[in-house]
Amino acid sequence: MSKLKTFSVGGIHPDKHKITSACPIEDAGIPETVFVPVKQHIGAPAKILVQKGDRVKTGTLIADADGIVSADVHSPVSGEVIKIEEQTGETGYLETMITIKTEGDEWEESIDRTPDLVSDISASPEEIVNIIRSAGIVGMGGAGYPTPVKISVPAGKKIDCIILNGIECEPWLTADDRLMQEKGEQIIIGAKILNKALGIQKAVIAIDENKPQAIETLHQLTRRYVGVNIAVCRTKYPQGAERQLIAAVTGREVPPGCLPVDVGCLVQNVGTVHAIYEAVQKHKPLFERIVTVSGDDLENPGNFRVRIGTPASYLIDKAKPLGTPGKIIFGGPMMGVAATNLAAPVTKTTSGILLLKEDSVNIFEPTACIRCGRCAESCPQGLEPFAIAGFVRRGEYQSAKKIHVLDCMECGCCSYICPAKIPLTDYCKLAKYEIRKKK
Amino acid sequence: MLKISTAPHCYAPADTRQIMRDVIIALVPAGIAAVILFGLAALITMATAVAGCVFFEYACSRWWLKTAPSTGDLSAVVTGLLLAYNLPCNMPVWMTLTGCFAAVVVAKMAFGGIGKNLFNPALVGRVFLFISFPVQMTSWVRPHLFDFMNVDATTAATTLGILKHADAATSATRLTADLSELPNYWEMFLGYTGGSMGEVSALALLIGFGWLLWRRVVSWHIPVFYLGSFLVLTGITWLYTGSPAAEPLTQLLSGGLLLGALFMATDYTTSPMSRKGKIIFAVGCGVLTFVIRRYSSYPEGVSFAILIMNAFVPLIDRYARPRIFGTGRK
Repeated sequence: MSKLKTFSVGGIHPDKHKITSACPIEDAGIPETVFVPVKQHIGAPAKILVQKGDRVKTGTLIADADGIVSADVHSPVSGEVIKIEEQTGETGYLETMITIKTEGDEWEESIDRTPDLVSDISASPEEIVNIIRSAGIVGMGGAGYPTPVKISVPAGKKIDCIILNGIECEPWLTADDRLMQEKGEQIIIGAKILNKALGIQKAVIAIDENKPQAIETLHQLTRRYVGVNIAVCRTKYPQGAERQLIAAVTGREVPPGCLPVDVGCLVQNVGTVHAIYEAVQKHKPLFERIVTVSGDDLENPGNFRVRIGTPASYLIDKAKPLGTPGKIIFGGPMMGVAATNLAAPVTKTTSGILLLKEDSVNIFEPTACIRCGRCAESCPQGLEPFAIAGFVRRGEYQSAKKIHVLDCMECGCCSYICPAKIPLTDYCKLAKYEIRKKK
Repeated sequence: MLKISTAPHCYAPADTRQIMRDVIIALVPAGIAAVILFGLAALITMATAVAGCVFFEYACSRWWLKTAPSTGDLSAVVTGLLLAYNLPCNMPVWMTLTGCFAAVVVAKMAFGGIGKNLFNPALVGRVFLFISFPVQMTSWVRPHLFDFMNVDATTAATTLGILKHADAATSATRLTADLSELPNYWEMFLGYTGGSMGEVSALALLIGFGWLLWRRVVSWHIPVFYLGSFLVLTGITWLYTGSPAAEPLTQLLSGGLLLGALFMATDYTTSPMSRKGKIIFAVGCGVLTFVIRRYSSYPEGVSFAILIMNAFVPLIDRYARPRIFGTGRK
């Protein structure tokens, strides 16, 4: 195999904990009630189309994208809408959710429920973008940026490189890994769909070297699909971050304030690409996803196919914790959110639910900075978190802006590495918040 | 009860205490070498310096800064050991304690404690003693292998002292006589020569530094650029003047150069943060060490060179910033 690719600046190597990479995807079943947030993406919340008492089928459009940067929401179950009100989401904030009481599982007739692989792409490029829009697809790696916006290239710009993000650099998570192992061919056809939509011939699937099974599976498959290649990357966090991945695979760096399209790249998470396949080839909107449920002391950790809106508590019961968890995280341990409310639902961007033991989630008392420089060394964006923290402590947000705090992507490397356990990432987040508030 | 906190939810195992523990482990070989060469006196000086530094740190944080005592992070132990390594083994106990006071109270705690000091505490302690008690600080006990009760105070000249003397020698016979006193390379490499107790054995220092590199506590940049720039300047002088005093290998292995470049200049708090800054800092140390050794009346220049460069660290940090991702590359 050729030389392993990686990004050159910063990065860390947290313990992997990928204990579920050999657990086949299991259907989580359908909970009695689902809570579907109308905003599971970056942009405007979707406009609600249903009322209390309405009956919906699995796949029925229940909320419509409000503007370009927004996304459709579909019912993940069949049943009756029993409540539309604000409830506590994963972040602890109130979010508008549509509560649906499940009855049976009756799907919209248009959805192709057969397991057959459809490899001929009949849709035209315009149709592809429209189907992706009406299937409510957003970036499923975590950010939730509406996919149709991402693949509509602005005039005067050109994409020459499509990268499928199969890095999954967060510890514990294996949802994308399993998807690549089990649905490799669907992902490759999804890549072909993107190729057709953008009128280019090639796509690269980037995978970390710590997923040998997925690499092997896709490697076999790519022999039959000309134009789809694999780039094996050296395991390093945050390689799955868009900018870092582009640098690793192509050597191009996206300048501050610019987008990947400015260097001719499009990055799509493999989960998103799989959803694109299902939408375009099987007419299935995005209403379920793969979620890794993992952590310390679980009897049945695994990867589950989960309907959007399933409460976390339902999945936690599936995983059978042996002790009392000390912290429950939506997403990975580096960028995920500590849950305040176990009724909070799985959304389009929930890649995992982690249950960590009491003693592994100590909250540390910060000590004095010893100026070791590790934060700056580990920062993949080349920032100086120690200096930003200094400005933020004195309330000098404009000075923090001058040293590029707005380029921070909140990956958490600096807080992770700091021997004094100073919450450097929080200082950066605060600075970004204060600077944006002033605008 | 679920814990709530902002991301990240996992942390690297290394904390300040563990880093200091690694530095202490790295200093052990030089300590063992000192005891083998200089006997019990070396051990007493080390113990005094460590105890003194820990005491002053505890006292300052408890009764002066009124914070939780910071002695738990072990940084005072490191300061104590480094200070001891910079002293002759037969330093009177009370003088050593005075050095501890200068190092911890004046150079460290007066600035606000760990991480806030501008100058390397151990070096401030050493220079304070050097200026206050020049006689004691420059009478070196001749090493006696495994003679633990080495009380025979036959003083030895340091290599650099001999060289300084030789450089000023007026007659050829005088010069030869001087140079005959020089230890050979092996003696210098292993430490069988006069000098501060922790600086003499290059071998022990290199072993310890190897540990620090392996544990990724420090990077190689500062030592390599410090020693490199020093060797280049010394080498040019040697080729140009032919003076035996400028012979690069002897210069490298003698005096506090290795101890300084490997353990003092690499101190986190008093060295720059960025890689670029570290290189500028290290080259500055190398040039100043050369200039002081070659042109000043002192035979040794490492302490002054590092302290002077310490003063420039905030300035270097300000200008030698890392490259922001996506900028400054074609």
